[in-house]
Amino acid sequence: MINNLQEELLPNVNWENMWEATLETAYMSALAVAATFIIGIFLGLILYLTDKGNLWQNKTIHAIAAALVNIFRSIPFIILIILLVPFTTFIVGTMLGPSAALPALVIGAAPFYARMVEIGLREVDKGVIEAAQSMGANQWHIIFKVLLPESMPALISGITVTSIALVSYTAMAGVIGAGGLGDLAFREGYQRSNPDVTFMATVAILIIVFILQWIGDWITYKLDKR
Amino acid sequence: MITLNRLSKVFQAKSGNITAVDDVNLSINKGEIFGIIGYSGAGKSTLIRMLNMLERPSQGQVTVADWNMSKLSGRSLREARQEISMIFQHFNLLWSRTVKENIAFPLEIAGVPKKKRMERVQELIELVGLHGRGEAYPSQLSGGQKQRVGIARALANNPKVLLCDEATSALDPKTTDSILDLLTDINKKLGLTIVLITHEMHVIRKICHRVAVMDDGKVVEQGKVLDVFRHPKQDMTKEFVKQVTEPEETMEAIEGLLEDRDMGPVVKLMFLGEDAEQPVMTELIQTCGVSVNILQGKVSKTRDGSYGTLFVQLQGEKKNLDKALLFLEDHRIEAEVLNHDK
Repeated sequence: MINNLQEELLPNVNWENMWEATLETAYMSALAVAATFIIGIFLGLILYLTDKGNLWQNKTIHAIAAALVNIFRSIPFIILIILLVPFTTFIVGTMLGPSAALPALVIGAAPFYARMVEIGLREVDKGVIEAAQSMGANQWHIIFKVLLPESMPALISGITVTSIALVSYTAMAGVIGAGGLGDLAFREGYQRSNPDVTFMATVAILIIVFILQWIGDWITYKLDKR
Repeated sequence: MITLNRLSKVFQAKSGNITAVDDVNLSINKGEIFGIIGYSGAGKSTLIRMLNMLERPSQGQVTVADWNMSKLSGRSLREARQEISMIFQHFNLLWSRTVKENIAFPLEIAGVPKKKRMERVQELIELVGLHGRGEAYPSQLSGGQKQRVGIARALANNPKVLLCDEATSALDPKTTDSILDLLTDINKKLGLTIVLITHEMHVIRKICHRVAVMDDGKVVEQGKVLDVFRHPKQDMTKEFVKQVTEPEETMEAIEGLLEDRDMGPVVKLMFLGEDAEQPVMTELIQTCGVSVNILQGKVSKTRDGSYGTLFVQLQGEKKNLDKALLFLEDHRIEAEVLNHDK
């Protein structure tokens, strides 16, 4: 009966392909999120620390970092992928497959996340930083024992939002040959006029997004002791 | 223990330079609780922050526990800061850490090994009276408890000096008193030098040995607390002393009596030490033949003795009244006849 229903409503869905595409999307998203998290925090720290009145106050570096972040944040992702083709082939060696999407994904998402990191860091109570200084903390103590732990809920909810954006980026990356659910929806669904495939790919993406949101919310809730 | 030599701090603002601290000289002895009082904007906060170089002086010298603070930077400044702890008005605890972890924080910074750290934290929790709250997060504590964590944290590395930046200003009166008791206790037990700034004379009265009054960046008056209470020289100081010695409504209450001169003069009497506890009034009535109408009175205790103020209205014949005032003078009681315009 279930088989009949499936054949009637989703006649063109190949579950094996669907599963493989889901795994590819999950793979791209997971690696990109991990890299974005690290690079974004690094960039965000630079933006924050070099800002006026902070630990490494430095106008030039702040201006350069801010400009880079703004430029890469403004380029539409689909164009960014194309712009990065030579860079990607140099690093990954090919323009095809899920791994080839990673450089563009990270370069597209990290600046976006860096801004959120900066906002999160700015919300850390200046008094607490001062208290740490009054105890004789050095700058590494302040970064790793004060700034990052105290802004962690903001950093986590930020990476949650970013990771959902990344999932939709992977769909776009699919169009230029990275594979994944976007690719499946475009080639199998749209180009071959199989709306049921597009529909199932959308459902799969939604499930990934919901899972990410749920994990992010849960970690934020667990971390936030305020 | 602490010497400030011609210390100044000038802030550059768009509207021109602002002198927050203006040529301040102070010396604070080892084991002393030294209070600095002033209204907000008087520069006291900037002053105390220059003691551990959270604020760099524009001019002058700061010496704390043999460290020439204004010359230090980098590693030596961080070492010096481990001997000069600070507690804050808003506690400045890390919300992401439990009470224990907050207290362990300065120990981590100082590189104390984990096992020793845990022992020390336990000691400190007992010392500040937070037994059983070690695993709580700051958000689960009351203001007074948070300040206790702040104090424990400040004491972790056995500092020589404790700086209190309006440490009780965010607390209610009862909690303030318990924190002040704790500070007195620590001062006695550990021989710690304490510098505190406040705008409440009550705090100075209760725990300080000496006090400096700040106004507009300058120290306008300083001395032993009881002396300052007894003979405040500056108007600013008088106002602060009144905070403690006169209940708020006093002036309102006697206003009416001042208008009606026929009722007899209103006199403010100031007693010191043991005099505050002797039956002078009875004697006054008996020997001078005046009647005394008691309007308002208060006895304040400072660390070095008590200090009382009494507002009375004297009634009787003119010569008896003069006699009464002389009597008071003989008994080392300061009497001030209040006038209407005062």
